[in-house]
Amino acid sequence: MKILLVGAAGAIARSLARRLQADGHDVVGIDRRPWAASPIEFHQVDVRKRGAEEVFRKLRPDAVVHTATVTSLVVPGAEERSQINVAGTRAVFDYARAYGVEHCIFVGRHTFYGAGPDSPLFHTEDEPPLDLDRFPELADLVAADLVAATALWRFPEIATTVLRVCYTLGPTGSGTLATYVRGRRVPVVFGFDPLFQFLHEDDFVRAVVLTLSQRPRGIFNVAGPQPLPLSIIIREAGRTPVPLPEAVIARMRGRFGFPKLAVGALAHLKYPVVVDARAFREHTGFVHQHDELESIRSFRAAFPRPP
Amino acid sequence: MHIAAQVRDAVDRLELPFNALGLDPYGISKRHLVRAMTPLAFAYRHYFSVQTRGIDHVPRRGRAMLVGNHSGGIAIDATMVIASCLLELDPPRLAQGMAERFLNRFAVASVWANRTGQFTGLPEHAERLLRDDRLLLVFPEGARGTAKLFRDRYSLVDFGSGFMRLALKTETPIVPFAVLGTGDAFPTIANARALGRVLGLPYVPVTATGLPLVLPAKVEIEYAGPIRFEGTGNEEDEIVAAQVNRVKAVIASMLESGVRRRRGEPSPATREP
Repeated sequence: MKILLVGAAGAIARSLARRLQADGHDVVGIDRRPWAASPIEFHQVDVRKRGAEEVFRKLRPDAVVHTATVTSLVVPGAEERSQINVAGTRAVFDYARAYGVEHCIFVGRHTFYGAGPDSPLFHTEDEPPLDLDRFPELADLVAADLVAATALWRFPEIATTVLRVCYTLGPTGSGTLATYVRGRRVPVVFGFDPLFQFLHEDDFVRAVVLTLSQRPRGIFNVAGPQPLPLSIIIREAGRTPVPLPEAVIARMRGRFGFPKLAVGALAHLKYPVVVDARAFREHTGFVHQHDELESIRSFRAAFPRPP
Repeated sequence: MHIAAQVRDAVDRLELPFNALGLDPYGISKRHLVRAMTPLAFAYRHYFSVQTRGIDHVPRRGRAMLVGNHSGGIAIDATMVIASCLLELDPPRLAQGMAERFLNRFAVASVWANRTGQFTGLPEHAERLLRDDRLLLVFPEGARGTAKLFRDRYSLVDFGSGFMRLALKTETPIVPFAVLGTGDAFPTIANARALGRVLGLPYVPVTATGLPLVLPAKVEIEYAGPIRFEGTGNEEDEIVAAQVNRVKAVIASMLESGVRRRRGEPSPATREP
C-alpha cells in the first residue's frame, strides 16, 4: 500500500514510518521540519504549500496518516497554530479527495474533550468538547478534529478515521506529557491530582498500523492501560512533584525551568481527561502490549532524572 | 483486631480491579481508602457506635443501588453507610456515593473524594459505575436532604426520579436504607445560604452550639430487602413517580419504626412497604 505520512518528521511519526516500511509498505513522508538521512522518501514541505499537493499528485497514495497538528507547548502563537492545525487539516482532506485517497486517518488528541470539575471520567466519542472558554489554546485542535470529522459526510468516498489519542510516553520523550515531566522537579497544583491516561509509543504505532489495515470509519478514542494519578506518574518517572498553589504556578510558567504552559492548561493539571476506548478496541482488535508502568519505565530509562 | 488492621484487611479484600500500585481504573487508591476509612471506621465502631441491621440485603456482588435518607447538616450518613459496607459485609464492598459538585472544586477535598471513589454526581458516572457492577450509594434528596433542620431530621423531602430511571435502564436492584441519628450528631438550627454562595457551597449549616461539632449520637442504619423494578427507564413521569414513592415508603416506614425504637416505644408487628 502507498502510504503518505503528513508530519513524518515528528519523533513518534518516524517510528511509525519505519514500522510501515518494515511491513512492506511504500511510505512517503512530508513535514515542514527536516528529517536528515530519513530511511523513507521524504519531502521537506509545508502541507499548505504547492509542494505538498505535488507529492499527492505524483504519489497518489492509497492512505494518508495526518499527524501534523501542534499544541501551544510547541507553537505558542495562536494565529500560526490555527493555520497549522485547522488550515493544514483542511488541506490534507482536500488533496486526499482530489487525488483519490481511499483512507484518511486524522491523528487527533483526547484533550478534545477538555478538563473541568464537572466533566465525567471516561469520555465517549459522542460527547462535545467542554470548557473551551477556559482553555482557548485548545480551540484550534478542537476545530481541526471537527474539520477532519466533517470529511465523514462531505467526502463519503474516503474512509475517514478520526483518532482521539491519549498522551504517549516512551523512549523518544516527546509529546505533551513527556515534555511536562521532563524536569527534575515537576510543578503540580496543590490539593489536586488528576488522572492522566497514556499509551506507550510503540502501542500508538501499533494502533495506527491496525487502523490502516482495518479501515474503520468514524471517530475513535484511542487509549491503552488504565490512567494513573499525575503524582504517581511523576514519582515513577523518578521526578519529584512540587505541589504549589494554582496562583503560584500561573506565575511561574516558563520560568525557573518550569514548562511553558498555557493558562488554560492549569485545568488539565486539576481535572482529568480520560477516555473510553472500547469502540476502537472492538473495531480494530487493538490490545496494548505495554502496561502503564512499563511505559513510564521506558521513558525514565531514556530520560533519567536530570541532575 | 485493631481498627486500622481491620480496615487494611477489608480494603485488601475489596473485589475491585486494582493494579500493582493499588489503583483501580477509576483512580480509586487502596492507600487513600485505608487512610480515609480508618478514622471513619473508628467513628463507626466507637464514636457513633453504629448499629447496622439487615446488611445481608446488600448484594455481595454485582450492580446495586443503595437508596436512603439524609439527615444532619453534613453528609455523615454517607460516610457511615460506606463504613458499614466495608466493615460488615463479607466480602467487603466499596459503596460509591454521588458527591455534590462543589466537592470537586476544592483543593484536597477533590483528591480525597476521587481517590476513594466518591465521584461527582453526574448521570454518566452513575451509569458507568453500575454497568461496571459497582455498588452505588444514592441520596435522592440531595443537598435538600442534608439541609434538613434538626426538627425535621426524621422526615423526607422530595425524592428526585433520576435514580429510578437509571435503575430501570440498567436493571439494577434498589436496596432502600434508613439512617437514624446523624441528625442528632450534627444538629442544625439554620442554614446560611448567602454565606454558602460566597464560599461556593450549597449552604453553610449552623448548629445549635454555634460550633461545627459532631456530637457522639447513637447512629443506626437499616437496610431493607432489594427491590427489582420492571421497566426501561423511558416510562412516563407518573409511572416512575409511583415507583419512587414505593422506595420512599419503605424508607419512611423504617424511619418511623426506628424513631419509635429510639423513644422506647414498642414497634408495630408488621412493616409492609
